[in-house]
Amino acid sequence: MIRILFAVVGGILLGGVVHLVSVLALPSIATQDAYSRLTAMAPLNVVTPLPLADPNHSPMPFMDPAFAVAVCRYDLSAGSIKLTVPVSQAYTSVSFYTRSDVAYYAINDRSAGRKVIELNLMTEAQHAELPEEEDVTAADRLIIDSPSTTGLIVLKALAPEPGMMGQAQASLAASRCRLQTEPPVVKPATK
Amino acid sequence: MRLIVLIVLALLIATAVGLGATWLTATRGTDFGTLTIGAWIARPRTGTAEIDPYSRATIARSGELPIGTGDGIAFSASADDNKKPLDGRCDVIVSGVTPPARFWTLSLYDRKGRLVANSLQRYGFTSEEIVRNSDGSFELHIASRARAGNWLPTGGIERYTLMLRLYDTPVGVATRTQRDAPMPSIATAGCS
Repeated sequence: MIRILFAVVGGILLGGVVHLVSVLALPSIATQDAYSRLTAMAPLNVVTPLPLADPNHSPMPFMDPAFAVAVCRYDLSAGSIKLTVPVSQAYTSVSFYTRSDVAYYAINDRSAGRKVIELNLMTEAQHAELPEEEDVTAADRLIIDSPSTTGLIVLKALAPEPGMMGQAQASLAASRCRLQTEPPVVKPATK
Repeated sequence: MRLIVLIVLALLIATAVGLGATWLTATRGTDFGTLTIGAWIARPRTGTAEIDPYSRATIARSGELPIGTGDGIAFSASADDNKKPLDGRCDVIVSGVTPPARFWTLSLYDRKGRLVANSLQRYGFTSEEIVRNSDGSFELHIASRARAGNWLPTGGIERYTLMLRLYDTPVGVATRTQRDAPMPSIATAGCS
């Protein structure tokens, strides 16, 4: 009798370990996470517009129907990424996710403070290789360190009324996500 | 022989308890770092690199992308102020004011995060679209049949979730109470 009790208590304790391990392992074994869903429809290092969220087929759950969305699935192993996103009339934002869908950085049109959101995305190693004086003048241009070599950039433009969706999509269609094999030349701002 | 049976029993219990607890937390969510204001729940840290492992598991399982903190914050509600689950066959009134934000959107989803089909193709409201009272507050009717004023159709589904997303807002990790973030109330008026 005492042995069965021992087995039950031991099983529950071991269950706690199984629970912790499986929670930590779930992000890396999930096959239906956002990055995997987008892998099929978004080629590497190119801005791909996503279809509008609608009841029958939506690329991801809980998408905001008031937004036009485009993604750039990036791979920094061959160089850094230069991203330019023209700002739409209402609200534009750019969010960065690692390969495991962790949002590590997001910026909106107001914090960018310009008509075009322009930034360089690189790994920490690539950032460290930048010549030093260029890094100093780079205060004018945003450099973002990606914690992982691959990941997602999500561009969103708000259509405050349904009639403005076309405009929001057009502003995203004009955005570029380019792989730069040369180290980025950061010019001082022209006054 | 008895020893083997006991070990197998312990391992079976471990698997059931461990995976069961993981499944529960990944589908229902946990209370780590949640911000609850009235019927609304937000997890400000899911939009940062400091996301907790349970939220990461939930996101990996559902396939959604959390909204980044520099972008905004998402509040969800699956029950009204009296903890009654939101029912698409009832009249639900969302009224009041929203926290400061440059824009907000309110959308209706089914339990799996899909938009709900309706003939108007109206899936939500934005802060620009909604009709307000003279004092700036608004009243939104969520019902299966058409209502005067701001009407969001439910398609008559049994259970749904509302998402109120604030964009470019000071509400975030530092927000604690209703005073920092006055959220609209949710009331069930009557069921047909």
